[in-house]
Amino acid sequence: MTVPGAWYLGLAALLFTIGAVGFLVRRNVLVMFMCVELMLNAVNLTFITFARVLNDIGGQTSVFFVLVVAAAEVVVGLGIIVAIFRRRTGATADDLHILKG
Amino acid sequence: MLLAATHYPDWIVFFVGGVAILTGAIGVVLSSNPVHSALMLVLTLFGVAVEFVNQQADFLAAVQVIVYAGAIVILFLFVIMLIGVDRKENIAREPLKGQRPIAIALGVVVLVELVVIARFQQWATGAHSTAGSLSVAGENVALLGQSVFTRFLFAFEITSVLLVIAVIGAVILARRPQQVAGELTREEQEAKGT
Repeated sequence: MTVPGAWYLGLAALLFTIGAVGFLVRRNVLVMFMCVELMLNAVNLTFITFARVLNDIGGQTSVFFVLVVAAAEVVVGLGIIVAIFRRRTGATADDLHILKG
Repeated sequence: MLLAATHYPDWIVFFVGGVAILTGAIGVVLSSNPVHSALMLVLTLFGVAVEFVNQQADFLAAVQVIVYAGAIVILFLFVIMLIGVDRKENIAREPLKGQRPIAIALGVVVLVELVVIARFQQWATGAHSTAGSLSVAGENVALLGQSVFTRFLFAFEITSVLLVIAVIGAVILARRPQQVAGELTREEQEAKGT
């Protein structure tokens, strides 16, 4: 007996919420970035669920592209973080309160 | 009990994966050490892969483990070590007063909205299987490959361009910049205690 899609959607909603709250609450840039990954995974889970419920391969293909874009995003994002925080101590978002070069 | 377990394998896998996902997600948010956050992220990603397997997305589950747990989290750990924040931080300190309660309230609002939409809206009832049926005979990998290389071929090609741009961008960003005159290096900043 298969699990109805609504259960997966509820789980994905919970995961997305935890990711969003974590992004707002935490001050460490790297942990904020991990919370973005949590939200991406929540959306991937809904895509897969709808692919199964609607019997459509398009959902799985979308997840395929989301994975690729997430990988590229992580590479560029971590590059920016390294470039910014190589000259400073600590890695909190509060360290970047002065918008100067 | 054992009989029930053999009758409902999907449910058991769902709940095991769900517990892993939620434990990992809460661990990411609440760990004071970024390295622990990264390891908790691995737990969540494995849980998501389990849920993928439970929904017949075998190839994507494998990709999830290889790309996310194998590459992205390793990248995170490298960066944590590289910029030297692999120590505990005080997460009880709240620099912006009142921001946390508002953030949590907003999170609850988002959750309620999502559940209400999922429960009460009539949605996703259009034409089924516009991109191809999932339940035709054949392997999951073959189906996905057919979809990617026919209907989504253009998006696939654009993806390769995106990856090249990301690689070039990362290389340029990670280059050590020229020392600007008058600016302190990190070591000098640390020495001055700023």
